[in-house]
Amino acid sequence: MAPTDAAAAETPAASTRRIVNDFSIQVATVNGSGSQTANLVLLRSIFQMGIPVSGKNLFPSNIAGLPTWYTIRANASGYVSRKKEIDFLVAMNPETAKQDVMSLQPGSAVLYDEPLKLNALRDDLIFYPVPFDKIVAEVCKDAKLRRLVKNTIYDGVLAKLLDVELGEMEEALRRQLGKKLKAVELNVGALKAGFDFAEKNLVKQDPYSVERMDKTAGKILIEGNAAAALGCMMAGVTVVAWYPITPSSSLPETLIGYMKKYRMDKASGKATFAIVQAEDEIAAIGMVIGAGWAGARSMTSTSGPGISLMAEFAGLAYYAELPGVIFDIQRVGPSTGLPTRTAQGDILSVATLSHGDTKHIMLLPATVEECYTMAMDAFDLSERFQTLVFVMSDLDLGMNTWMSATFQYPDKPLDRGKLLDQATLTRINNDWGRYVDVDGDGITYRTIPGDGMPAAFTRGSGHNARGQYSERPDDYVNNLDRLARKFETARTFVPAPVVDDAPGSRIGVIAYGTSHFAVEESRDQLQTEAGLPTAYLRLRAYPFGEEVAAFVKRFERVYVVEQNRDAQMLTLLRLDLDPALSARLRSVRHYNGLPIDARSITDEVLAQEGAAIAVT
Amino acid sequence: MTTTSTPEPGKKVNRIGLEMQPYRGGKTTLCAGCGHNAISERIIEAFFEMGVNPKDVIKLSGIGCSSKSPAYFLGGSHGLNSVHGRMPSVATGALLANRKLLAIGVSGDGDTGAIGIGQFVHLMRRNLPLIYIIEDNGCYGLTKGQFSPTADLGSVLKNGVVNDLPPIDTCSLAIELGASFVARSFSGDKKQLLSILKASMSHRGTCMIDVISPCVTFNDHEGSTKSYAYVKDHEEPVGDINFVPFFEDISVEYEPGTTTEVKMHDGSRLFLKKLAEDYDPTDKGAALRLLRETTHRNEYATGIFYIEPTKYDFTTLLNLVDEPLSTLPLERIRPGREVLDAVMDSLR
Repeated sequence: MAPTDAAAAETPAASTRRIVNDFSIQVATVNGSGSQTANLVLLRSIFQMGIPVSGKNLFPSNIAGLPTWYTIRANASGYVSRKKEIDFLVAMNPETAKQDVMSLQPGSAVLYDEPLKLNALRDDLIFYPVPFDKIVAEVCKDAKLRRLVKNTIYDGVLAKLLDVELGEMEEALRRQLGKKLKAVELNVGALKAGFDFAEKNLVKQDPYSVERMDKTAGKILIEGNAAAALGCMMAGVTVVAWYPITPSSSLPETLIGYMKKYRMDKASGKATFAIVQAEDEIAAIGMVIGAGWAGARSMTSTSGPGISLMAEFAGLAYYAELPGVIFDIQRVGPSTGLPTRTAQGDILSVATLSHGDTKHIMLLPATVEECYTMAMDAFDLSERFQTLVFVMSDLDLGMNTWMSATFQYPDKPLDRGKLLDQATLTRINNDWGRYVDVDGDGITYRTIPGDGMPAAFTRGSGHNARGQYSERPDDYVNNLDRLARKFETARTFVPAPVVDDAPGSRIGVIAYGTSHFAVEESRDQLQTEAGLPTAYLRLRAYPFGEEVAAFVKRFERVYVVEQNRDAQMLTLLRLDLDPALSARLRSVRHYNGLPIDARSITDEVLAQEGAAIAVT
Repeated sequence: MTTTSTPEPGKKVNRIGLEMQPYRGGKTTLCAGCGHNAISERIIEAFFEMGVNPKDVIKLSGIGCSSKSPAYFLGGSHGLNSVHGRMPSVATGALLANRKLLAIGVSGDGDTGAIGIGQFVHLMRRNLPLIYIIEDNGCYGLTKGQFSPTADLGSVLKNGVVNDLPPIDTCSLAIELGASFVARSFSGDKKQLLSILKASMSHRGTCMIDVISPCVTFNDHEGSTKSYAYVKDHEEPVGDINFVPFFEDISVEYEPGTTTEVKMHDGSRLFLKKLAEDYDPTDKGAALRLLRETTHRNEYATGIFYIEPTKYDFTTLLNLVDEPLSTLPLERIRPGREVLDAVMDSLR
């Protein structure tokens, strides 16, 4: 067949070098073409072969017709952040194919739809032309269904080229399509047709392949939003209000699925929860706060634009001291921004959301497992501190597929916080005031409607320790100071930072959330490539624990890595640290909408280190 | 319902043995003669006379003069004075948390018709079991008298400014959108307002009650269409309201064809005597026609315009367990270990 000859003739001589279990694949398709199944099958089959993988979907804010890219990284060492370079491109989208090819590093491989004639573009790449339309016409007689199975063909071709076991692909396909037997049959046919085509017509010339390992045994694959939804269910959430927004919607939608399956009351068949799709994010947080006031465990999930709308209510919750959990699945702002791209851009606005002096507790999950555990932490902290708790996830964590150890069943009872009961009432001589700081930790006792305890009038206007309306300067100051004291107490309750010291290191790195995986890989690069050991502190919450100042104190320079333009976490750290310590902070920022990668961090740290060394 | 307090001899108590005290609130800080104070008085009377324990009641409000008033009634109840125009969402959350509570929300014409129109609309759609009172004076009192969206076309401010936009009729809107109990009254009409409030307490679903409540400081002058004098002259009750609570065994006799009898959710009975010809308060179309025609004649129709006693309220629609969600024990809200195991297995 002609394609083979052409491919063989126009590509560089086949390398004898083999690169096993360490490469990235990018599949470029048109959104709405049904490529998600094919991509997840590829991801899952590599995972089933025991090789650490991650999958990232780079998709447009659109339903059909715009370009979309899916990146899979397989890495024996377990690096799962985005790899900056693409090693293997699957070019299915005529609109972007040329640009996709032109941006590759020399030596990369390109599997492409033959009519696109991409092999004419460059002579320093390896090309594998595949006549998709011809193959699909043979395996799928029904022309209407061809669009849906066409993508499975590249799975088959890749199985052959990369040594992915066909049996694992078939199993992954069955898992993905479930009980749709006809669809399974059709797709298995397409898979084999792709494999057979490659076997007969393509000569392997790229160095990449997979080999079975045992590094994924007992592990799961899950998106952060699904993990958070599981955490909310296990946390005993009872009231959920939400408004659709990318990249948050899959959290409440997955939660609805879990709750309908696992949280219906066995005796009555009725729901032990209420989930409401609200008219907007303002109503969503209003419902959360109303429910929290009335004693429920309540939550919502949103993204930047929703956070902006929630600002006024966030101030009420802070000042009137009402619990609620808010997931912020961050995306690129400002304004509509890039709704389908990732960022850590809401840190500063959430920390002080609303007018006046406000401070909010933020939890900073870095892994899908933390999405699960911090969901539970958030409800406990919210009721303990009678305030909103924001869980700051992002699109990369929330919507992409991550490998994880299995989640542990919670071993702690719920912390419902300081609810006034008869014993406490007796202890305080029946002299209860809603905002009286009995224990000196800034946290006061609350009562909830229907609990039979004394009633309270809760208001966002000025109030004294007894909850009465007051415009007195001393009442206002006392209240604000107690709220500040309460926030101080929170320092020791929120998840502590994770510190990884490196003996002999003179520099430190601080990061949080999804920057974590890129930082871990970058630290290895800095060590192996530049002989630069680094210590690492991963923030897991705001307010910061004492560990942060202690960490900064130990190093000459500390690089704060984050995914926003304005060094938002570094700014928060500066507010918290002594000026002498905050002068040691340096900033590494990444804000182009793509998940942060290790190479970008390494390059930036080395550039700044070079400058720092030159100055000293 | 029972109570543990022992009334002092000679003190007036209600049917559950409570004195008036927990039904009263703090001292009002609204202007002397403000219609809102009269509404607070009727709320106190209605809850006392119906014998509802204040501990089982929540009161909510937005922002404005109207929204201050929950501090002036039912001191024995929990209250939440929230943010401007967003009380409906707060009430929704609270009632989902605890569907056993009886909820009363107080809003104003600006709080409802302007900043809060979005949440108002969706509250009506959901038929949340909430008594929603608009203390309607056609102006913003707390910011010194600007027009609100319920001000009538051609109404004049004290400083001579004329309102050149048509008003939003909250009652028509509520009927259109799905509220199952819609009424209008006048803060100066004690008897009618009290009957409407009591009837609303027996209804399960959204009770939208627009109460014309003159602002004595900013909107009680000649040229205002929300002044005491104007409303007295233009009030047009659609019919007498005779509310018989479930705990009173009174037989009511009426000429066939003159009165509509409505069975309420809690067994109470509502007798609506027709003054208007052929008016049927369970007919949406008739209610909307009546409102349109009376508005056209520059009259304030008052009374219960529309009632749908059997419509599902929002908590029923959501199929919630009978107990409050807020107090469900751990074992009913945290699935067992086997559930997590099953989910984990599906992800391997």
